Amino acid sequence: MDFDFSDDAKALREQARKFLDERSGPKVARTVMDGGDATPLWREVVDLGWPAARVPEANGGVGMSSEAACVLAEETGRSLAPVPLIQSLMATEALLLLGTAAQQARWLPGIADGSIIAVTGWAEGGAASPAVAHARVSGDTMRGSKSPVADAAAAHLAVLSATGSNGTQLYLVDLTGPGVAVTPVATLDLVRPHSALTLADASADPLGTPDGYHDWLDRAAVLSAFEALGTATAAMDMAVAYAKERVAFGQKIGRYQGVKHKCADMFIKLELARGHALHAAWAMEAGAPELRQAAAAARVASLEALAFCAEENVQIHGGIGYTWDSDCQFYYRRNRALVAGLGSRTFWSERLVRSLEQRNAAAA
Amino acid sequence: MDFNDTPEDAVYRAKASAWLAANAGEYRNPPAIPYSREEFVRRSRAWQKAKHAAGYTGITWPMAMGGQGLSPMHSIVFSQEQSRYHVPTSLFDIGLGMCLPTVFTHGQPDVVARYVAPALAGDEVWCQLFSEPAAGSDLAGIRTKAVKDGDDWVIDGQKVWTTNAHLSDYGIIVTRTDPSAPKHKGLTMFIVDMHGPGVEARPLKQMSGGSDFNEVFFTGVRVSDSHRLGAVGDGWKVALTTLMHERLAVGGKPSHAPGYATLMALAATIDTDTGPAMAQRDVRQRIAASYIADEGIKLTQMRALSALAKGQVPGPEQSISKVVVAKTMQDMAAFAMDLNEAGGFVTTGADPDLARLQGSYMASAGLRIAGGTDEILRNIIAERVLGLPGDLRPDKDLPFNASVAA
Ligand SMILES: Cc1cc2nc3c(=O)[nH]c(=O)nc-3n(C[C@H](O)[C@H](O)[C@H](O)COP(=O)(O)OP(=O)(O)OC[C@H]3O[C@@H](n4cnc5c(N)ncnc54)[C@H](O)[C@@H]3O)c2cc1C
Repeated sequence: MDFDFSDDAKALREQARKFLDERSGPKVARTVMDGGDATPLWREVVDLGWPAARVPEANGGVGMSSEAACVLAEETGRSLAPVPLIQSLMATEALLLLGTAAQQARWLPGIADGSIIAVTGWAEGGAASPAVAHARVSGDTMRGSKSPVADAAAAHLAVLSATGSNGTQLYLVDLTGPGVAVTPVATLDLVRPHSALTLADASADPLGTPDGYHDWLDRAAVLSAFEALGTATAAMDMAVAYAKERVAFGQKIGRYQGVKHKCADMFIKLELARGHALHAAWAMEAGAPELRQAAAAARVASLEALAFCAEENVQIHGGIGYTWDSDCQFYYRRNRALVAGLGSRTFWSERLVRSLEQRNAAAA
Repeated sequence: MDFNDTPEDAVYRAKASAWLAANAGEYRNPPAIPYSREEFVRRSRAWQKAKHAAGYTGITWPMAMGGQGLSPMHSIVFSQEQSRYHVPTSLFDIGLGMCLPTVFTHGQPDVVARYVAPALAGDEVWCQLFSEPAAGSDLAGIRTKAVKDGDDWVIDGQKVWTTNAHLSDYGIIVTRTDPSAPKHKGLTMFIVDMHGPGVEARPLKQMSGGSDFNEVFFTGVRVSDSHRLGAVGDGWKVALTTLMHERLAVGGKPSHAPGYATLMALAATIDTDTGPAMAQRDVRQRIAASYIADEGIKLTQMRALSALAKGQVPGPEQSISKVVVAKTMQDMAAFAMDLNEAGGFVTTGADPDLARLQGSYMASAGLRIAGGTDEILRNIIAERVLGLPGDLRPDKDLPFNASVAA
């Protein structure tokens, strides 16, 4: 047993951390919130080959294992990097898992070289979970709307859930084609852009099967868990640093157990989530049957850690933490983006328990 | 014990309810679009004036102060009836809830006569100038200094997080008048004119995007000794009067913050992939938890007020209010957004209940800090109610200037 990433993945993580520490972080998030343009950063990320990490060499990529996607998601989350990398990695997983050779050849080279930005989307504005899609495909066109979809404004390709003759599954939609309207929507996250997609008989190419959609959801959940871990860790680090520096009643506030135990609880929740996330990363790469439950556990535990770290980071900062100028708001708001990104803890808890029931039934 | 109105309360309730129906009709529903700052101030003043003319201000204040001289029960009854309407009251909460009671408890008679009536009538707005960049929880660590100069005091320093300072006419300020005394001993409080020379309030933007609080700079601001509250060096004691009133004034749920009823209304419209939201046990349990917290705090406050009516002083028990209310708001809002799945995150076109919950998720983060953080309130409960030993305070008995230099 080896409960850690491969050396390749670790090397990529070091590279990503070094680059993103320098080029991203809350300061850059703030410039984007204030209307700044992050496309130069995205171009550099493309040049570093990150969107190509998972793309097979035959399709112009680097052909790394899924661990590469996990470490990139974590570092993107940690640095709040305002680039469509995680969306691109999730779309790539969908193509790798479910795409025909022709579909892969059509889209992966462009994703790898940055000429194509790909996003994924399941939400339809209302209260439904990822298991449900009201968008409909008949023949080879899609009707309906998808909102919010992260990073869609600059994207060329969307991997969307919709219900067709076989049930609810994924489809590839060329966002530059006819019948597609992309309009910005405002959300609680003021850094990551989101859009509503309106599909009026947009051409839709089926990607895999309804079962395949759920297999992809597992993989997307693993990546989102690593993103949440990264973001939560950054919030915890910020809180701990402040607790070591701020003085009240003649002492560092970190000396008070009300503060100290809160920091310890952040760490406890993060370590629980990290264990589940690593388990899920292994299951994803190994194609292990535990993936369904491991991915759901990673998703639930990481959202739990993120909500706690983001909320209590504000609290530990006191008045200054509640200001616009404090970086606390980025984690507080991103926490809601990550819930919305792939479905709530309730949905994933239900999915976890259902997969445990199925496992038990199979064993009986 | 009797949870029903006494005949006297019932008469008062009927009268208040009829007056509100006749005068607050336009506030039956929340405003379709939030008021601009000017509109908010205009409406707040107009509402305060209308109540004042009808005898619904300073309900528990002595008649000599322009109050109604009625019991706390009357005040509760009126608040309950008023809370059925979306009337703008928050502009006066701090002044009438905390500052003016401090003024008439500790102010010199002609100063009291000058300031209490216009505040009650909605003519003058007040703010609380306590916190500083280096002193929030540790209020006695403030550095803004006041130096005696003839019949005046000269104030220099900076306050921060001052709610409504930019809209205020007057403030109550804690200053350090003797830096060589231990931190709690060298403080003195004053009334300060927010429009006076040397006072500058700069609004600060909150995490929520609004700008209700300010940083306030004092440069050579002159205050007459007649505007001192309490004795020189007694500022800590005077500040505690303000803080005791703060627990009553801002301890409860902000009026019209979403509560269990909002969650129920929202859940009734949602179909989850495992059936209607209202049929889910976790949803029903969360509604129950919100009810228990919100109503439990109301009941706790009524217990305190009925003790007050019997002449007892509200104790530190009131500290439980805000600890419960603020965190319940945050958790409930997060749950309600979760229930809306991705829709809970989109602010464009959010329905009014959802928009209020999104706002509440942001505001609750501030409420957990304002007026005593969750942690400080827990310390108060543990130490002053339960008698547990306090934290070690290495700087408590040192001369302030020695501990700051250290
Ligand atoms: C929305 C809002 C409105 C406000 N309005 C006003 C106003 O009108 N007038 C005014 O004077 N002030 C106002 N304040 C300021 C408020 O009173 C202070 O922010 C608050 O008391 C905390 O002080 P601080 O910000 O300096 O945080 P700090 O005191 O530095 O606290 C930082 C963290 O350390 C923790 N901590 C500190 N000491 C201890 C301890 N002994 N044990 C355990 N934990 C501890 C705190 O709980 C907090 O989590 C407002 C604040 C907010 C957020």
